[in-house]
Amino acid sequence: MLQHDVLVVGAGLAGMRAALEAKKQGVDVAIMSKVYPVRSHSNAAQGGINAALSEDDSWESHAFDTVKGSDYLGDQDAIEILAKEAPQAIIELENFGVTFNRDERGRLGSRNFGGASHARTYFVGDFTGQAILHVMFEQLLRTGLTSYDEWFVTQLVKDDSGAIRGVVAMDIRTGQLHLVKAKAVVLATGGMGRVYEPSTNALICTGDGMALAYRAGALLMDMEMVQFHPTTLKANGALLSEAARGEGAYLLNKDGERFMFKYAPNKLELASRDVVSRAEQIEINEGRGVDGCVLFDLRHLGAEKIMERLPQIRELALEFAGVDIIHEPVPVRPGMHYIMGGIKTDVWGKTNLDGLFAAGECACVNVHGGNRLGANSLLETVVFGKRAGAAAAEYVKSVGDVRVSEAWLRDEEARIEGLLKRPEGEKAAALRLEMGQTMTRNVGVFRTGEQLLEAQAKIQELKQRYQRVSVGDKGRIFNTNLQFVLELENMLDLAEVVVASALFRTESRGAHTRLDYPNRDDANWLKHTVATYTAAGPKLDTRPVTITRWEPQERKY
Amino acid sequence: MKVTLRVKRYDPERDRSPRWQEYTVEVEDYATVLDALIKVREEIDESLALRCSCRSHICGSCAMRINQKGGLACKTKLAEVAGDGGTVVVEPAGNLPVVKDLVVDLVPFFDKVRAVDPYLQPAGPPPEREYIASNEDMENVKGAMACILCGACVSDCTVLEVDPDFLGPAALAKAWRFVADPRDAADEERLGALSERNGIWDCTHCFMCVEVCPKDVKPMERILDLRRRAMEAGFKNNNGSRHSDAFVETIRESGRLDETKVAIRSTSGLGELLSWSGVGLRSFLHGKVPLSHKPIPGAEHVRKIFDKLETKAGEAQ
Repeated sequence: MLQHDVLVVGAGLAGMRAALEAKKQGVDVAIMSKVYPVRSHSNAAQGGINAALSEDDSWESHAFDTVKGSDYLGDQDAIEILAKEAPQAIIELENFGVTFNRDERGRLGSRNFGGASHARTYFVGDFTGQAILHVMFEQLLRTGLTSYDEWFVTQLVKDDSGAIRGVVAMDIRTGQLHLVKAKAVVLATGGMGRVYEPSTNALICTGDGMALAYRAGALLMDMEMVQFHPTTLKANGALLSEAARGEGAYLLNKDGERFMFKYAPNKLELASRDVVSRAEQIEINEGRGVDGCVLFDLRHLGAEKIMERLPQIRELALEFAGVDIIHEPVPVRPGMHYIMGGIKTDVWGKTNLDGLFAAGECACVNVHGGNRLGANSLLETVVFGKRAGAAAAEYVKSVGDVRVSEAWLRDEEARIEGLLKRPEGEKAAALRLEMGQTMTRNVGVFRTGEQLLEAQAKIQELKQRYQRVSVGDKGRIFNTNLQFVLELENMLDLAEVVVASALFRTESRGAHTRLDYPNRDDANWLKHTVATYTAAGPKLDTRPVTITRWEPQERKY
Repeated sequence: MKVTLRVKRYDPERDRSPRWQEYTVEVEDYATVLDALIKVREEIDESLALRCSCRSHICGSCAMRINQKGGLACKTKLAEVAGDGGTVVVEPAGNLPVVKDLVVDLVPFFDKVRAVDPYLQPAGPPPEREYIASNEDMENVKGAMACILCGACVSDCTVLEVDPDFLGPAALAKAWRFVADPRDAADEERLGALSERNGIWDCTHCFMCVEVCPKDVKPMERILDLRRRAMEAGFKNNNGSRHSDAFVETIRESGRLDETKVAIRSTSGLGELLSWSGVGLRSFLHGKVPLSHKPIPGAEHVRKIFDKLETKAGEAQ
């Protein structure tokens, strides 16, 4: 029988940090992920991680920038924690072995980033996420805790009181399902970028944890807040890091105009992401784009700086756009990148379900509100991953014997068996593509009620058709097709919630811009949206925003 | 562009041995091998198993053999390996057991990473803030931190082909990252352990890992640097180190390599030498053991070069 005190699901930065912290508290911890930890999507964070570490900076300044960046939708108690605990988190990462860039005195060196009033982004070249993820993996190996690599969770398991007490998971390598009991489950399963097409997100970002939690009764908060990154490549949606703008890159329209002067006269290209993406989309929509894109110009930075600080960006632009950024501007456009919303938690990662915790992109603490600042996501994973791990370890000390029915396992086995036995029908990939394209077209940078209703109808249609999706691979060993069909179910549920939440919020705030409700409406909408699962679809409600010291103001960059 | 993928497949639930299957797909001109494989999996044959995730060579999932060479499918352009109307041969990564189709067993891979104690071991408790280190040192370490543990180097390592117990290029590059890190204080223990059997001295400098690495980590160069550091740290009681010394010494003595002497001096002593007698005899019978070794004319000049270099090295220290 597989059983642990704390089971962490997801082995990216938030998951590994949670596992390390729980282990430190002396409880039995295991970590489980559908991929090996170093394959996680934390890898893709290029630019850096924020902290007010320098003497002329302050946590208050970092917190205010984050509040303003969130368009006042972030919960300020959580943001204060994020900013206050950031310096120690960065120092800890450095002490773990992260090879941060240094200044001439041998101390940590920082760079500028969007929406920030100080250069407080600490970095490892332009592969900060990868460097931190691999160092966290080193620390994980050091503890020797149990790691279920390539196990896919298909169901959260409850005891008779309704508390989450484990998971049913498929060992991908054998295809066998197992009941893994736990006194607490920490979800750290990352984002849901694959709900959109294209997306900068990896193929594994299918929102599994959010969907599992949602179906189990957890609240999904602010799911309409989807971030579009301003600089993605047209060919395959690949991301060019904000580090490029931090180092001074320009955005130009087809006339060679630095159009950000019109939209954010002070911060220009370094305004927050929602502002820059909107500006780009307006330029493109009004005919000043180039083939559906704007131009990203780095030539003036010079070959040396590009090679030292932005080598990966050069490589990506060369490979997927055929452009050498040393000599030519590269066409870019806004692309789906991140979801600010997620499983609602308190500042210790606790959800509304007993025994269930969450951290990282799958969670919504809520530090990002309507728009996340660049380099705050890596920070969120380590600060709130640690807190969730500590809280889960503390929580399990008061939990007695775990009693869950074996029926959970039998039911899942029957469900999977049923999927494998379906007669040949539609292909899962075709449905995902239709869903992704619908979401990009109708639930993008700009939205209208009409477009959202159309998307809602389309998602309903796809959910119907999902019942006829078949699994072409009938085997059990490493059946990636079966896994994809299960992931698609998760994605369809989340697409439905994103659309419903976007319809519900009748104002424009942060990344959510309704052309039919173009203004921010603090009187009615200084509120979070929360979605609850019902058999008939998501039920929407609101929750108050926590304001500690920064009253909402007009937002200008 | 139209390309044909010739894929080596194996499904343990159906196949007794690997089989080849061809798929022809229409893709964009900039498409990668991964784009084509995904297209096959999504549209033609859902049973094709492979690992892939980020599509931008940072997660390391899709290492495999493409036209007999290890690499990331997401970093390999079809235009370069096949071209319009061409065929590309896709196989699972080498030197690891196949689980299914293009998926290999990574347990032995990560076991070797684990074997090099892959975590920073600083001296004493951590400082109040960050460790002070030069940007130059960090840049140096970053060269190896760029490793994404994809396993392309392991796939094509020619030593692993004959000796599966060799730690291999990925684990050794990981080990180097700590030895080269000024914050790590366990160099002595690390270099000692790496000088043991299956460690740094088993590399044959074939350059395959350097050639196939998608992140330019140059594992072999890290291995050579570990050897230099190990010898400097005094870990010389091993055949590799003795071989290296004997190589230099015979040249100093006679101006050219004395292969017989190098072979003899590389062993730990008479016992080991006797254990190799079978190999020695076979080499002799095949004319591989030179019977006489004459110094080159003017060998004393070579010695002078050695002396001069050593004086200079001494001064530099």
